[in-house]
Amino acid sequence: MFENILSVSEITNLIKSVLEDGFSEVNVIGEISNFKAHVSGHWYFTLKDANAQINCTMWRGLNNYVFFTPQDGMKVIVSGKITVYPPRGNYQIDVRAMKPAGMGELQLAFEKLKQKLAAEGLFDPEHKKPIPKFPQKIGIVTAIDGAALQDMKSIAARRYPLCELVIAPCRVQGEGAAEEIVSSIKLLNQYDDIDVIIVGRGGGSLEDLWPFNEEIVARAIFDSKIPIISAVGHEIDFTIADFVADLRAPTPSAAMELATPNIEELFAFINEFSYYFTQNMYNIIEDYKYQVTQLITSYGFRIPYDNIKNRIQYLDNLIFRFQTLVDNKVNHEKNKLELLSSKIQSYDVSNVLKRGFAIVKQNGKVVHRLKELCLENPIQLHFYDGEIKVNE
Amino acid sequence: MSKKKENSFEESLKRLQEISEILEKGEVSLEESLKLYEEGINLAKFCYNTLKEAELKITELKKQFESELKDNIRNGNVL
Repeated sequence: MFENILSVSEITNLIKSVLEDGFSEVNVIGEISNFKAHVSGHWYFTLKDANAQINCTMWRGLNNYVFFTPQDGMKVIVSGKITVYPPRGNYQIDVRAMKPAGMGELQLAFEKLKQKLAAEGLFDPEHKKPIPKFPQKIGIVTAIDGAALQDMKSIAARRYPLCELVIAPCRVQGEGAAEEIVSSIKLLNQYDDIDVIIVGRGGGSLEDLWPFNEEIVARAIFDSKIPIISAVGHEIDFTIADFVADLRAPTPSAAMELATPNIEELFAFINEFSYYFTQNMYNIIEDYKYQVTQLITSYGFRIPYDNIKNRIQYLDNLIFRFQTLVDNKVNHEKNKLELLSSKIQSYDVSNVLKRGFAIVKQNGKVVHRLKELCLENPIQLHFYDGEIKVNE
Repeated sequence: MSKKKENSFEESLKRLQEISEILEKGEVSLEESLKLYEEGINLAKFCYNTLKEAELKITELKKQFESELKDNIRNGNVL
């Protein structure tokens, strides 16, 4: 006993070399707990199972390559090597790479984050900002080389060529994508003339879409002062981004359609508006015409006409009476005149008779020619000194 | 219709209304009623002309608008 006494350092170094030689390449599966991402960017956490636990560290340079942010309770597989840390006398896994133990893990992490953010109220409807109807500038956060961007561009050009697209390109999958999405959203928020932002990407696996399930992306969307439409993957894909966004679109193309009015509809509206507006004006004019006509043919305006007609009639009567009076007078005078003239005539006739002539009359008319004389009828003879009837 | 003219339209309509009421009462002399009648007829003429003008203006504007729209469609502004 008590031979070959070692100092603490000696023993620790011995252990260190034994362990580090023996376990230079290990792959360990376990559940994450006490996960802490240090400000320096290094990750510290423990892996555990039912009976044991082991400390792990992952240096910043390496953890950059992990496409997801580990969460407590998540089952993962790490690969790395055992290292001993003499000052504290403990051993840990120096993790070089990490991946979820299975897809289920991601789903689990998704559900957990979803509940956490829901509890914080990030999904509450009252935080949803309305999407503007006629955007002048639309921000787009997606991959610069993705099909999604091309689709969105062509739809915007077709539906609403008036709007301007402001693209803040970023990676949409894999390591560092989440951070790039966040910086793109923040970048667009520095402009004060962007009306709406579409954040999204084309279809992909759960792992491909994972950046849109990251908490930092969720918070960036929530904090954006500009309304955000999320458009991640296909119709069936739901990411945390979709829950936080002000509006969820099933696909990037659908997002652009939701963000823009359709120029065809606008033209139709203008057309229809101008038709009804014109019709409306014509109606107003017809009404006024009707009103004027009503007035001008109203009883009041007929009165002068009636008055005049009555007075004309009255005048006519007067005139008629005058006329008859005058006529009578004239007739009267005429008769007198006639009498006188016949008297006068009779005078010059008597001179002729005086010289021995006689007038032959039959039934009151003078017989001018012998052939006019009718012997059967009585004949009157006028002599200067009187008349006689013969042949009675 | 310029502002002034527009007012005078409303005013003439109102005056027309007044005249018809005065005449309806029938308390005016023939002379007076004739004068009123004449005024009424002139007002009515004015109103009809104003309305006719308005109608023409609208039709004109509508035609202009439609031709402009067609031009737009013809030279490809409408996608």
